[in-house]
Amino acid sequence: MNTSENTTTGVAILGSGNIGTDLLIKIQEKCPSLHVEMMVGIDPDSDGLAKARARGVKTTHEGIDGLINDTDVLERTKIVFDATSAGAHARHHELLTAHGKRIVDLTPAAIGPYVVPVANLKEHIDQPNVNMVTCGGQATIPIIWALSQLTEVFYGEIVASISSRSAGPGTRANIDEFTVTTSRGIEQVGGAQKGKAIIILNPADPPLIMRDTVYALCKPADQDKLAAAIKDVVKEVALYVPGYRLVQEPVFELFDEPGIFIPGTGHVTCLKVSTFLEVEGAGDYLPKYAGNLDIMTSAAMRVGEIIAKRLQAL
Amino acid sequence: MTDQKLIINDCTLRDGMHALAHQYTVDQMVEIAKKLDEAKIDLIEVSHGDGLNGNSVNYGFSRHTEEEYITAVRDVLTHSKLAALLLPGIGTREDIKMAKDLGVDTIRIATHCTEADISRQHIEYARSLDMDVVGFLMMAHMIPTSQLVEQAKLMESYGAHCVYVTDSAGALLMHETTEKITAMRENLDVQIGFHNHHNLGLGVANTILAIEAGAHRVDGSVAGMGAGAGNCPLEVLIAVTERMNINTGVDLYPLMDAADKLVRPLQQRPVQTDGNALMLGYAGVYSSFLLHTERAAKLHDVDPRDILVELGNRRMIGGQEDMIVDVALDLKRKKTT
Repeated sequence: MNTSENTTTGVAILGSGNIGTDLLIKIQEKCPSLHVEMMVGIDPDSDGLAKARARGVKTTHEGIDGLINDTDVLERTKIVFDATSAGAHARHHELLTAHGKRIVDLTPAAIGPYVVPVANLKEHIDQPNVNMVTCGGQATIPIIWALSQLTEVFYGEIVASISSRSAGPGTRANIDEFTVTTSRGIEQVGGAQKGKAIIILNPADPPLIMRDTVYALCKPADQDKLAAAIKDVVKEVALYVPGYRLVQEPVFELFDEPGIFIPGTGHVTCLKVSTFLEVEGAGDYLPKYAGNLDIMTSAAMRVGEIIAKRLQAL
Repeated sequence: MTDQKLIINDCTLRDGMHALAHQYTVDQMVEIAKKLDEAKIDLIEVSHGDGLNGNSVNYGFSRHTEEEYITAVRDVLTHSKLAALLLPGIGTREDIKMAKDLGVDTIRIATHCTEADISRQHIEYARSLDMDVVGFLMMAHMIPTSQLVEQAKLMESYGAHCVYVTDSAGALLMHETTEKITAMRENLDVQIGFHNHHNLGLGVANTILAIEAGAHRVDGSVAGMGAGAGNCPLEVLIAVTERMNINTGVDLYPLMDAADKLVRPLQQRPVQTDGNALMLGYAGVYSSFLLHTERAAKLHDVDPRDILVELGNRRMIGGQEDMIVDVALDLKRKKTT
């Protein structure tokens, strides 16, 4: 018996759009511990399904039912990545959990807990369904989380700027979901008492690489230690998202009495920490400027990898 | 020109927030609102400078909550209707609901001129609340007129009652204003609006051209109180429209009083076409970058004009205030190496 068969875990990808297809290529080329058993779409003519077929992956254009009804494939599939939509995810969740499958949810549905690999994956490793927050969340929550390990973060705010060309129709029709979900992730995963998220779509041509700026208003603490923590967490994220990097040294500004005034909250004496990040994509299926999509697929693959290891160990 | 009465939308209390780093007191707003109401302005916009829920480290925190400002202004209006601004990506439908519940009549949904489709959620939602809904296409100087019309038609299709050509950088030349408004009038069935900034000194001139080309709604602020070199100065616009026999229904004297006695004394940094403000129009940069740029230039010891030109080179758009510090840090590094 081939030893690799003992250590690879079967996975399926729901959704044959940009995200699903990029994830397929990533897993096949970069992740020997996962094996894509099936690519699930609803459009037989989609580029994603054609790519999958050309790469020797079984496909179905009958949606989730195509997977559920293929008993052999279903048997081999342990983890399912959902790159469809929040609306479709609810049904996918029900069917898949009924069959005992583990789910990595890349939609904004958030039926399961938010997961940012570097911050809280360990905590949720045995959950039947985990949610990948948003691209902006994957890029910025690690910084807030790193700071909140060392000091109190009263307020965390992020600005994600992505190229217009990398924002698909789903993102565009649901822009509120980005701001709301990312804000919650900053609080629930990042550990900030209050979170705020802003997203900008910039149409510049040639397209701009994803930029993320993180502002944290913290209880004053040793600035060298905070700067080191930021750099360490950036390195850790870069292990699974190679194009993730700091653009500037972190900027610290101390606001003594009376502090910064936040309407509805009052004066906050604090240390303001500004972190400037850039996310360049790996260029697997999507162009390099689409770091926003790359960080979602890279982080999801990382989550899949770790869940697979856990399943193998059980 | 249209036969309908021109609708005047005041921005003193919203765009004017930029000029004060969002620090109006409630009392100051109320006093100005009373004069605007006395002048019979149709619509008075109240929001954070960057729209509802704009309170942030990135754009600045206002002195009071939006609920406090909106409620206080609402309570003194006898004629004027209330408007609010919202930028998808910053504010959400929840903020529209809040505004509606507080008595806001008109919601203006602003996107960058190429990104109209992110406004669908908000325009449709505001229509479902029975609000007067305006689509606001910012930085309109950046794209050809044909593309602007396509984007405007999207907003029209989502249900906007009016779509604006918004010259956020005060960069539109006179023939461009006429061309854009004319094309919008020819291709859309809904009302057309015009909002601009005085960075190239064309605040009133371009607004008059927009009216002549058929705009139904135009914006202005008392004493120009707005981002950059300010908006089209409203009292000047009304003086000119009166001389031209254009019917606005607005009284000039209360506006002049508001400009001289209430607004200009508040301007710690004069709202005028000085070097940095002129640079915005010249380089085609979002007007509200002005104060943020001057602050970053001082903090990091670089020339504010260099920051503005570089922001223009990088094709930065409205909302990307975080990139001002990023550019300042790059320039500082270049200077020291």
